[in-house]
Amino acid sequence: MINLISPSKIFKWIERLMNFINSIFFVVLIIGLTFALLISPPDYLQGDSVRIMYVHVPSAWISLASFTCIAILSILTFLLKIKNLNLISKSVAPLGLLFTFLAIVTGSLWGKPTWGTWWAWDARLTSMVVLLMFYVMYILSLKLIKDEDKANQVSALIAIVGLINIPIIKFSVDWWSTLHQPQSINILNGSSSIHSSMLFPLILMLLVLLLYCALIFLMKYKTEIIRIKKKNVKRL
Amino acid sequence: MLVKKKKKKIYFLSLFLIFSIISVFLILKSLTNNILYFKSPTEIKLSDEINFNKKIRIGGMVKKDSILIDSKEIKFIVTDFKNELIVSYKGVVPNLFSEEKGVVAEGKLKDKKFFVADRILAKHDEKYMPPELQGILKQDAK
Repeated sequence: MINLISPSKIFKWIERLMNFINSIFFVVLIIGLTFALLISPPDYLQGDSVRIMYVHVPSAWISLASFTCIAILSILTFLLKIKNLNLISKSVAPLGLLFTFLAIVTGSLWGKPTWGTWWAWDARLTSMVVLLMFYVMYILSLKLIKDEDKANQVSALIAIVGLINIPIIKFSVDWWSTLHQPQSINILNGSSSIHSSMLFPLILMLLVLLLYCALIFLMKYKTEIIRIKKKNVKRL
Repeated sequence: MLVKKKKKKIYFLSLFLIFSIISVFLILKSLTNNILYFKSPTEIKLSDEINFNKKIRIGGMVKKDSILIDSKEIKFIVTDFKNELIVSYKGVVPNLFSEEKGVVAEGKLKDKKFFVADRILAKHDEKYMPPELQGILKQDAK
């Protein structure tokens, strides 16, 4: 089982997957942008600024999902010491940081015309800043600590502690009164207060950003594998 | 089956997680008042000690047909469908400010029924729909 996910075997699969994503990415991107910017209707209240949502919401989802992924992998590394898991979480982290940042910036741009302010220290926005700081700490601990084993341990600990923040972000709009609106899409009972003509471009844009994530992740993962292989050669 | 060392690690990790979850929960619980971005009219009515000199935020729905605009100020009623609060404000309101929509006002309480705001924020709800569906834009334009 562990052999299946060993870095050397997976190498050629990465290449194939990257080629596949490269071939469809721009087509999906253009379709997604056409729907998000041209075909979808403006909102009855917000007008055209609703289009910011098509980047903001998927970014926020991805930032939460990738941190959850990093934290779970960190727990597994802590228990099992599989090197490969470390490489995966290391490659996911920059993407998570990027999308957390994107979610905050696009949210701020949307907030000015809608709420009347760029920023408010309400529970949702503050907990997103905390998430951003956890990403920064995670990446810095990997970069700054020279001893590799120690760096992995410290970063894993940061990720595990940061995991507690994820449900806080998710439920902040339900637990406390916030300026940020409550969730529109409830996955558990499949209901959504976003009209279908806007939900479709939203899901398309999610797909686009996920493909982008997959592409960048594979590139980064490949680099990490190459780095490890190089090290082994040097040791010989 | 599990090595002793691994068992120890699992214990350590779960204890650590439980401990940190409980401590975070307690911290958040004690900070609830600070985390709340705004207070509802009911919370204002029920609270015993109110500092009338301190800036606070209140929020709720703008009551239907309650907006009064004259040359000096704009007055409206914020409601949470149980209690109401009169808000007076001098300045420009955000575009999305309208009747039966969420609003957050920052300012000082004069008394438990009257609030002087120096900043108004519009609170957007979680509904997104095209204008044809709502027909609201047409009504507004009349």
